[in-house]
Amino acid sequence: MTIYYTDEHEWISVEGDTGTVGITAFAAEKLGDVVFVELPDAGKSVKKGADMAVVESVKAASDVFAPVSGEVLEANSAIVDEPGKVNEDAEGAGWFVKLKLADLGQLNGLMDRAAYEKFCENQ
Amino acid sequence: MVEFGGYDMPVQYPDGIVTEHNWTRTHAGLFDVSHMGPSFLALPELGGGDAAHRKVASIVERLVPSDISALAPGKVQLTVLLNEQGGIIDDLMIGRPAREDLQGSLYIVVNAGTKENDFALIQKTAGTEAQLTRADDRGLVALQGPEAEAVIADIFPQAVALTFMTFARLEGTPYGDVIATRCGYTGEDGFEILVPAAHTESFVNRLLADQRVKLIGLGARDSLRLEAGMCLYGHDIDATKTPVQAGLNWMISKSRRERGDFPGAQRILVELRDGAAMKRVGIKPAGRQPAREGTPIHSVEGNEIGVVTSGGFGPSVNGPIAQGYVAASHAKAGTPLQLIVRGKALDACVAALPFVPAKYKR
Repeated sequence: MTIYYTDEHEWISVEGDTGTVGITAFAAEKLGDVVFVELPDAGKSVKKGADMAVVESVKAASDVFAPVSGEVLEANSAIVDEPGKVNEDAEGAGWFVKLKLADLGQLNGLMDRAAYEKFCENQ
Repeated sequence: MVEFGGYDMPVQYPDGIVTEHNWTRTHAGLFDVSHMGPSFLALPELGGGDAAHRKVASIVERLVPSDISALAPGKVQLTVLLNEQGGIIDDLMIGRPAREDLQGSLYIVVNAGTKENDFALIQKTAGTEAQLTRADDRGLVALQGPEAEAVIADIFPQAVALTFMTFARLEGTPYGDVIATRCGYTGEDGFEILVPAAHTESFVNRLLADQRVKLIGLGARDSLRLEAGMCLYGHDIDATKTPVQAGLNWMISKSRRERGDFPGAQRILVELRDGAAMKRVGIKPAGRQPAREGTPIHSVEGNEIGVVTSGGFGPSVNGPIAQGYVAASHAKAGTPLQLIVRGKALDACVAALPFVPAKYKR
């Protein structure tokens, strides 16, 4: 299992050709209290860099972008019912979707943990 | 931190907006509102009873539709500055001092983003009849919530006797001469306290030493006032809106309606008689998704009938809430609406304001 990060503050944890996607704890803290999440249905195709989900905090609405292209295998209905889970455990129980990756090569452009932490320091 | 009315202000402290909001509804929230514009308008000579009050009141009545002359000593009134078209230049608070030797002066508090224009307008209107003095040398803090009274009682026992929308000068306190007003912007009981700048930090630290008190940022200030159904100037009211459209008819006193002697009276009197074409209303989205400022409002038939002017999440309501303007035909509580969020129609309905009942001390 390897975890990659995007410059839009999504993470993707990859095992084989399946990836679990969410927003980073850094992003969740910046957003503040999450009050609404909209997720794509299973079976939907998402495209790398295109908006895939919506997350709204008390403060603002934000798009969540697909880190890679693929097909949605499962959406985490637990965060739709309890959006606060995104703040509590953004990089664990607060995951958004599981994807079947269309092209593993797209992972090459993403950051590893060290690179992402450095990226956040400059935000 | 965000820019607000020309000031850098915190959206939230480390606890976050929802926790701060709930704290204010259950304990006492402390807001630094020193960005606002407190001031005093005074005749050259003070004292002289009702006659002096009527004289200074007649000056501001050239700008507002409320009967300031009839204000009882020690009372404050929320009202609006109007332009010649009846549009709202700002909302503001005007207070008549209780003390006899201060008759002929008014305590006036305007909004931060509008204060330069407001102060210039008031002074221009007053000419040489009265002098406006800005209270820039004071800090203004608000303490709001069910425990605000008990907290204040330990510091200014005299202030506890104040009831909603009254104010008093408290002299010789450990924090100098202060003005305490029983009012606020949250729907909760509470106080706004004007303190000399030299004492403001120690006063705030004294409040924060009380475990019932926490600092509250702009984010929770906004969610609290939205639940309380109050207007945010520049969003829910502005120069394109009249008080009748904004549902603020209660500010337009009977005596002023009869005299028709306030700016924009011609248009406003017609709107009072025939109703305004659009009305400010509360809006309750049906699901969990908030509808933000600028969201188009459609009728269920799909016609565009209005726009959201402020919207977000109400922690006490535990759901999305909004305010906006809709065609008068769709302004009745319970009327179904659709909100167009990200190209999708969300079901909503017109809701009575406030969303959360006020808990003022009458």
